[in-house]
Amino acid sequence: MEKRHVIAPATGSPGGAGGAVFGSNSAQWISILALVVFAVALPFALSKYHVFELTMVMIYAIAVLGLNILTGYNGQISLGHGGFFAAGAYTAAILMHRYGVPYWATLPAAALICFVLGVLFGLPALRFEGPYLALVTLAMALATPQLLKYFDTWTGGQQGINLPKPVPPHWLEIDRDRWLYFVALMALLIAIRIAANILHGRTGRALIATRDQPIAAVAMGIPTARYKTIAFGTSTLFTGVAGALAAIVIGYVSPEGYSLFLSVSFLVGSAIGGIATIGGAIVGGLFIEFVPNLANDISDAAPWAIYGLAMLLFMYTMPRGAVGTVWPWIGKALMRMGPHKIE
Amino acid sequence: MAGSIIAKSALAISLALTSGLALAAGQYGPGASDTEIKIGNTMPYSGPASAYGIIGKTEAAYFAMINEQGGINGRKINFISRDDGYSPPKTVEQVRQLVEQDQVLFLFSTLGTPTNVAIHTYLNDNKVPQLFVATGADQWNNPKKFPWTMGLIPSYGTEARIYAHYILKNLPSAKIAVLYQNDDFGKDYLNGLRAGLGDKAQKMIVATQSYETTDPTVDSQVVTLQGSGADVLMTAAIPKFAAQAIRKVYDIGWKPTHFLSSVSNSVGTVMKNAGYEKGVGIISAAFAKDPTDPQWANTPEYKEWLAFMKKHNPSANTADVQGVIGYSYAQTLVAVLKACGNNLTRENIMKQAASLHDLKLPMLLPGIAISTSATDFAPIKQMQPEKFDGTTWKLFGEVLSGS
Repeated sequence: MEKRHVIAPATGSPGGAGGAVFGSNSAQWISILALVVFAVALPFALSKYHVFELTMVMIYAIAVLGLNILTGYNGQISLGHGGFFAAGAYTAAILMHRYGVPYWATLPAAALICFVLGVLFGLPALRFEGPYLALVTLAMALATPQLLKYFDTWTGGQQGINLPKPVPPHWLEIDRDRWLYFVALMALLIAIRIAANILHGRTGRALIATRDQPIAAVAMGIPTARYKTIAFGTSTLFTGVAGALAAIVIGYVSPEGYSLFLSVSFLVGSAIGGIATIGGAIVGGLFIEFVPNLANDISDAAPWAIYGLAMLLFMYTMPRGAVGTVWPWIGKALMRMGPHKIE
Repeated sequence: MAGSIIAKSALAISLALTSGLALAAGQYGPGASDTEIKIGNTMPYSGPASAYGIIGKTEAAYFAMINEQGGINGRKINFISRDDGYSPPKTVEQVRQLVEQDQVLFLFSTLGTPTNVAIHTYLNDNKVPQLFVATGADQWNNPKKFPWTMGLIPSYGTEARIYAHYILKNLPSAKIAVLYQNDDFGKDYLNGLRAGLGDKAQKMIVATQSYETTDPTVDSQVVTLQGSGADVLMTAAIPKFAAQAIRKVYDIGWKPTHFLSSVSNSVGTVMKNAGYEKGVGIISAAFAKDPTDPQWANTPEYKEWLAFMKKHNPSANTADVQGVIGYSYAQTLVAVLKACGNNLTRENIMKQAASLHDLKLPMLLPGIAISTSATDFAPIKQMQPEKFDGTTWKLFGEVLSGS
């Protein structure tokens, strides 16, 4: 049991960083407002390419957030979230390409499909624990690229699908990259709000209880099987929406984009950011987007050695992930400064 | 708001351009100057296709050598090659960084079919040359719809048309069976064969069978094709299935004239796995000099290539034909850049790339020449047939054109 506490947030509140996100007191609201204003102003200070990069960061953050719900809060390890990311991406691509559905309408569709897929996948997964579940999901990650090639009448096979480009509303007079940044920002804010709602209430407590003390949870009348399935479905819903957004932003899907490495990246991002936190997802998104490129800039001979080194550094200095480790300090400092309690 | 900013910056840029014109001798697009030509590239240095990374390394080594010799018209080549791991979303990201941040003049020899499809529209919308892509798909030769994209090596369709011409000339009464991979690669071959045979295609192609890359074997397809009574077999398959097909054809005692797609004619993998004796007599095609072919060993062209590889690219395997491919890509580009003179705009890059006439390269097979025009974006259209003798491929006959 001791081992399980390692991934639990140190503050004692369910959610650590998340505990402060979208809370109710005014100091928090002001800081959140400041953050949102900053996020809205940011793209106008940056070049289009950097805006595009930040859009991808937010998309990866949504995917990692989905994984955090499952792995961090419910203790189920998934190595297959790249597969659900692909499912969301192809939902958007097929709807837009074949049926001319507008890009924004593909997001709820991807959410629904990936939720159903996740629940269906979660049912047999109930029988597996820890490393065994990781293996089952690994199978999913390995199969994804080949399945995409096999159903080529739908997926376009090897050749993939080119997506029509989303057009920003003309009254806004902004370019496509900045518009998609705002679409992703909206999606991220909604995702954080929903995650905070779920995780800081009854469901969150039930998920954590199922993770930490499964027997006690059952004894207390928590239907753990149902909560595990819900955790799976919600988690894949988030990751699927992220996949759909990524497809829209990149404008192209093909099997090579959804290899096992993507699933591994999500897990790395999740661990680096803080596995049982909400804010950690953003750090995870930053890591997934920037560290491979930075590693490549430092040494093009051995970028993956540098990537591995960065991972080791993060995990040694911040074993609970960036947010899981740093946030409790900030929390304590804030408590000393102001009258408001963080918990 | 944003509109007026764009208008202002456009005005500023055009002013800068016109004043620049008056001052300097050269005419420059982004990434080019009196001292430098900045070129972008993506390669799978990691991931499933990393074996092709040697192409990028060889190109970088060649440009380093050119720079040592003083560059092109006094300008050094700044070749920025980034790893995309053969993942199309990563390619999009890397290419946007190359175009928008690094401000390269153009993209050169980006490798892979799905990776190039992913950046196809982006580069054409932004009028950035996607020059000499390193893939054999048919779709890069489409100057009407994609005037900023050009291939280099013979496409799958071109190769199939070469076989078709060979068949029409040497086996006019052939009954042809086709085994192909059920994707764009296989279909490019089938369509190329049909196009090459022209109105005889309907009569000559008596059977076709496809396979999926997820199939365990192609044995049943081969048996079905034999049952059609065909005396010519064309196999458009990746290495694993090509080896299976060669073995099965031999084992069931079928003796068709067997044409094999050049992507899967490697002696070391395919012919060895099939069993050398089972592949005797198979016909394939080549356009570059195989560095392991002993007939080139004493030619000055081979010696120069080997010296270059040893000096500038010492970590590369000199038995790998991809080292020859990268060398030839780089040489083609140098020819285009020389032709551009002091006019290094994106428009002129495409114009000069589309004006190559009878360019011969030292490591392409004798008789093969590179030609392009405003309506022809397929630079290499010729290949020479070769026959497997049980140990190696022997070139024979003359260079054939697949256009």
